[in-house]
Amino acid sequence: MNLFPPNGIGYMSKDARAKAAGTPAQSEEDLALISRVNGGDYGAFERLVRKYEARVYHHCLKFLNSQEDAEDVLQDTFLQAYRSLSGFRGEAAFSTWLMKIATNNCLMRIRKRKKVDIVSIDKPIDYDGSHLPREIVDWSKNPSLMSANDEIREVLDYTISLLPEDKRVVLILKDLEGFSNIEIGEMLGMSVAAVKSRLHRARLFMRDALSAYFEGTLKLAKTEPER
Amino acid sequence: MNCLDILEKIGDYVDKELDPTLCVEIEKHLEDCDPCVAFVNTLKKTVELFNRAKISENSIPEPVSSKLRGFLKENISTAGE
Ligand SMILES: [Zn+2]
Repeated sequence: MNLFPPNGIGYMSKDARAKAAGTPAQSEEDLALISRVNGGDYGAFERLVRKYEARVYHHCLKFLNSQEDAEDVLQDTFLQAYRSLSGFRGEAAFSTWLMKIATNNCLMRIRKRKKVDIVSIDKPIDYDGSHLPREIVDWSKNPSLMSANDEIREVLDYTISLLPEDKRVVLILKDLEGFSNIEIGEMLGMSVAAVKSRLHRARLFMRDALSAYFEGTLKLAKTEPER
Repeated sequence: MNCLDILEKIGDYVDKELDPTLCVEIEKHLEDCDPCVAFVNTLKKTVELFNRAKISENSIPEPVSSKLRGFLKENISTAGE
């Protein structure tokens, strides 16, 4: 009996793998705008802001789980980007460079916070990776997952906020923003192996959280988000 | 390969970055281990849900955007006007 779905073939050609790991091409448009900014054209900077503000904002929002903090970090990030732009050498794509600034600012902001967000959850989600749970419910074909679903969306937002920050950052960069492991390693100053290991643990955590949700032991906190 | 080995390799497997020989071994194990199949399916679905979530995030609330522009103009001397 073939229990495994047909799309489950877990390998790809070497070329495809290299492509998947590759960094995004440097945008010619961005380079042109950057050189205009460095020549004193502020309007060109505003175009870069318009192009990337939503991406940076959602990154910060996911990361910080607070609209107020996300707005602050958004502002700091673009100001810092403007001030450092003359040092931009184009070794990484501008978007990667910008997200690196945003990520560092988010991490600094989190470190400044004294307390950890209060968690409202019936069953602790902690995955130490040392065992497989005895019973694993396969919720992957649950009908509620078939279409876009606001509640699932809320569950994702909520559970991501439960992740420890070192894992949260990797999960956001990879699975929500699509950066490659190599780029994430560069942004966070860690090896690709370390990125993969954190990503793996983050996903296991999220899988557990979603399982708890489908088993009815995880309930969404209906209060204002903690800051 | 036992269930714990699977757990360790499953990330690369889901990302399709695993060595083909190991993939074959994993698939062999999955043929007769229901808990691991459920685990792989739900882990894949977890990643898929996040990938699906990222597409809709290309907008920013207008007040946030205009505050940002105001802030930058205030703090950048060449911004003018
Ligand atoms: Zn197994």
